[in-house]
Amino acid sequence: MTDGALFRFLDFAVGLSLVCGYVALWRRGLVAIVKALAVQGASVAVVAMLMGIYEGHVQAVVAAGLVLVVKAIVIPRVLVGVIHRTLEYREVEPLVNIPTSLLAGALTTVIAFIAGRHLVALDASPATRGVPVGLAVMLLGFLLLVFRRKAVTQVVGFLMLENGVALVAFLTTAGLPLIVELGGALDLLMAVLVLQVLARRIVRQFGATDLNQLVNLRD
Amino acid sequence: MKAIALSIPFLPAVAGVIALSRWRRIASWTGVTAPALVLVGGAVLGLFVAKGEVVEVFDGLVRVDALSAWMILLIGIVALIATTYGVGYMAAEVAQGHTNAKGARIYYALVQGFVAAMLVAVSTDNLGVMWVAVEATTIATAFLVGHRHTRASVEASWKYVVIASVGVTVAFLGTVLVYFASRHGSGATMRWSELVSAAGQLDPGVMRTAVGLLVVGYGTKAGLAPLHTWLPDAHSQAPAPVSALMSGVLVSVAVYAILRVKVISDLTLGPDHLRVLLLIAGVASVLLAGALLLAQTDYKRLLAYSSIEHVGLMAIGAAIGSRLAVAGLLLHMLGHGIAKAVGFCASGDILLASGSTRIADTTALLSRRPATGGAFGLALLALLGFPPFSLFASELAILRAGFAADMGWAASLTAAGLLVVFGAVLVYGQRMLLGRPVTETSWGSDSRATMVVPLAGGLILVAAIGVWMGPLQPLMEAAASVISS
Repeated sequence: MTDGALFRFLDFAVGLSLVCGYVALWRRGLVAIVKALAVQGASVAVVAMLMGIYEGHVQAVVAAGLVLVVKAIVIPRVLVGVIHRTLEYREVEPLVNIPTSLLAGALTTVIAFIAGRHLVALDASPATRGVPVGLAVMLLGFLLLVFRRKAVTQVVGFLMLENGVALVAFLTTAGLPLIVELGGALDLLMAVLVLQVLARRIVRQFGATDLNQLVNLRD
Repeated sequence: MKAIALSIPFLPAVAGVIALSRWRRIASWTGVTAPALVLVGGAVLGLFVAKGEVVEVFDGLVRVDALSAWMILLIGIVALIATTYGVGYMAAEVAQGHTNAKGARIYYALVQGFVAAMLVAVSTDNLGVMWVAVEATTIATAFLVGHRHTRASVEASWKYVVIASVGVTVAFLGTVLVYFASRHGSGATMRWSELVSAAGQLDPGVMRTAVGLLVVGYGTKAGLAPLHTWLPDAHSQAPAPVSALMSGVLVSVAVYAILRVKVISDLTLGPDHLRVLLLIAGVASVLLAGALLLAQTDYKRLLAYSSIEHVGLMAIGAAIGSRLAVAGLLLHMLGHGIAKAVGFCASGDILLASGSTRIADTTALLSRRPATGGAFGLALLALLGFPPFSLFASELAILRAGFAADMGWAASLTAAGLLVVFGAVLVYGQRMLLGRPVTETSWGSDSRATMVVPLAGGLILVAAIGVWMGPLQPLMEAAASVISS
């Protein structure tokens, strides 16, 4: 593969991850939101693989496989399981309505491009140019986390935040030392499993995962 | 030395595995042996590294310098108090029907995993591994916070996991950017010691973003205002020994991470870059804790807000950054850790006896529960900085360093905040210890010896350190010179 073709694929994968962020912010169906997360996870894996090929790191290709399994397959399955078990399929009344969320999303993307210019300036390679998109994905995840009320959507928001960081990591450094990648993936998987159990407990205690009910503890 | 440094995090990990096995009788006591051995190992390492030596294994995967040894000692002491006390506490929880034998097994295993993760975080040179370990502490404590399966504890653990994980993810981005900067400096590395020696070659623009993200991320985990909102919920809902570990050491481990970042930041960007951020967060934490303590009705939340106050003080010590301030900060970590552990453990006993966490329901403690009531009162006095407890010396050192470094406004605001905390805690503490009993119901017999002895030991230790540092003195000075150059 020539470098030109490789970078076209890279741009496509990076762009796809941003689109997935917007899809998650736009859709109300929880299964659709989780699907957007899975596609985003796969595109992060593609970015990792392309960067591994470009830099000639075998390690990064291993990391790409790890990302694909954890972020595109295992975690989405766990989340779909939670949806079926809690019998909640829709984000009925989001805290912030959909058009406003999308506008806020566009605004944060602009902010991400402004904030990312220092990083691009250090190393103006075609890969580093994608870094602001990674930051934008992070911010979209953050919006999802604060604008939505269901447990599953909040977890998806957290995971998109994490995907954004992973994109920045792969684009700037072609992968971290393998021990950090492994530890990070394990932590992420465990965090999702913990949240899944907690979501079940919330349903048992409160009847639904509407997180607006969580207001007992305050001063 | 290498073998000791390497084995330290494994001791609690092994004890955790044993806790999951079927040998229930020995499980609780191996859980006490592990921190005791960690403490012995930490002491041996401490004597060695106090002379300026560094123990390194596997290319810095494990690296113990004086600062790490100081943290290992702190973790060892607090874990020993919490686990010894925890044996009786869990037996009582099972007896009262709040949990069952399986719940107790999981509890013992998770506590050991939690301690192991903290030990990894403080004894590695790799910033990435440190990050992995800090995130692992969140995962290990998630179920511990929600141990009782009540509405309040489920709510607290959800908020805790979501907010802490997001915070730590932000710190991960910071770690990635530091790696990126090093790649374009003197060669890609995540090792703290290499980053320190190559600090001059790191790109300031990238580092400015990276350091900000790292401090915000680990600051969330430390409970610095305004990122503290999860802390009072999680620390007040967790079982007492876990609250002791979270308040006593976990917040200090997060501050430790900030200190490591600060060394690199000071060399690359100059000391003023982080100073403003840490000073604002620190003073805000102290003032906020003071304001929210004034109208507190729950004694476990009272202790939690006191932790926010003390983390604020640590941040202020780090911001000042002079030798005196840093030494004060390290001593404060140790004193606060032990005193807060005693306070939370004693509060757990009060909760077991009374079934309520409201201050109004738990009056006349001194006559109804003399041993733990007395320990609770003395722990509060220690936390307020009464002599001879070591917090007196460390708070004074931090404030004096503030005035000496021309940060008089911050030191004055801090002193005002401390005064408010002082008044509030004294009033509520006095009401709990000496107030008129609301009901005449008896609380049954006094607590078990295994629950009282660690509390008494902790209090004696804080007072002893306040009077005479002994062999801790050279270690503290060596650790302070790691941070303040």
